Amino acid sequence: MKAVSLEEAVAMIPAGASVMVGGFMGVGTPERLLDEVVRQQKSGLTLICNDAAVPGKGVGKLFDAALVSRLTATHIGLNPKAQQQMLTNQINVDLVPQGTFVERIRAGGCGLGGILTPTGVGTLVAEGKREIEVNGQPFLLETALRAQFALVHAFLADYIGNLAYALTSRNFNPVMAMAADTVIVTAEHIVPVGVIAPDHVVTPAPLVDYLITNG
Amino acid sequence: MDPQTIIARRVARELKSGDLVNLGIGIPTLVANYVPPDLKVFFQSENGLIGTGPIPEQGMAHPTLTDAGGRPISALPGACTFDSAMSFGLIRGGHVDVTVLGGLQVDAHGHLANWMIPGKMVPGMGGAMDLVTGAKRVIVAMQHAAKGKSKIVAKCTLPLTSARPVSLVVTDMAVIGFPDGKATLLETAPGISVGEVMAVTDAELAVPDTVPEMKL
Repeated sequence: MKAVSLEEAVAMIPAGASVMVGGFMGVGTPERLLDEVVRQQKSGLTLICNDAAVPGKGVGKLFDAALVSRLTATHIGLNPKAQQQMLTNQINVDLVPQGTFVERIRAGGCGLGGILTPTGVGTLVAEGKREIEVNGQPFLLETALRAQFALVHAFLADYIGNLAYALTSRNFNPVMAMAADTVIVTAEHIVPVGVIAPDHVVTPAPLVDYLITNG
Repeated sequence: MDPQTIIARRVARELKSGDLVNLGIGIPTLVANYVPPDLKVFFQSENGLIGTGPIPEQGMAHPTLTDAGGRPISALPGACTFDSAMSFGLIRGGHVDVTVLGGLQVDAHGHLANWMIPGKMVPGMGGAMDLVTGAKRVIVAMQHAAKGKSKIVAKCTLPLTSARPVSLVVTDMAVIGFPDGKATLLETAPGISVGEVMAVTDAELAVPDTVPEMKL
């Protein structure tokens, strides 16, 4: 793990990169990293995030600045700007059931090719996908999802990069921290090693590539 | 009593002590208001919490304690938090006893459509497909008709949420179940006759000899 400034971290992300962003309706989202992505105008992004949040909050800022060209998400109904950009074909949107979304990312981080899920069988979601029967029950083959970058927000990070999360801001963060080539983390508090007890570490330090310095 | 209250009160009677329950947005959210305090029900919020409590008092909200719509909530003693993989493992894995969801259409076979209106409303399915596919019991809480048009239809014309039929539909006029895969009128709302229900229901409904009135 390397401690870096916001500017340095975001400068590593090329325009057009694939980026996973933690958070659920903007809760548990690395806001400072997104502000810097907007400031450096990283355009043409392939965004993988549960939702589009709302304008002005979380990944909503990326839609405000029209930086997204592809989106994989589960729900964008609360962001009128993202809806409009989808309906006018400015962004290409792939809507995925939430359980499938997180499990595809988990598979991507765990060295699996994909997962078999009953969710979506017999619906629009099944179109173009392989259906595989196991013990007489039909499942959809859903392929693994990875990204070049994961932008993760934690409650606590220690000096070597162990992470712990707070309440409902955990959501997709620890799963995404497994599934990207480069993992960049912001934390509410950076604390000495040992403050997070071994049993309370959720994301082990070796998964974290860059920790944004506070202040 | 207004239609939403009738629905929420009737659904609340379906919950049992010890149940793990997931409530959707809208009318389903109101169900929590009518659960008797002596009934120990665990409410899950799919953004990562079991043990959701009421909206916090003024000034007590915390930005990391929210419901699936991003609104502030509180947590009850004994609450626990987890990531989204665990949350949907609970849902898809059959660990959620009851989910209560809103609906656009339910058909004669119990199939639910509640996530999109092609060309008009394409918000994404969020967790709905996983909930309908994986929860032990799926209860749909919705108005019987919208703008005079029955929401209980012969066959869904909107895209399905799951190929799996729901367990129960509770409306402001009736309770409908699906014994042997056939839509059946189980109860009528107070002051509503069987004939009145039939008149605003597109789907063919089986009607048993006696149809009791909803207890609220």
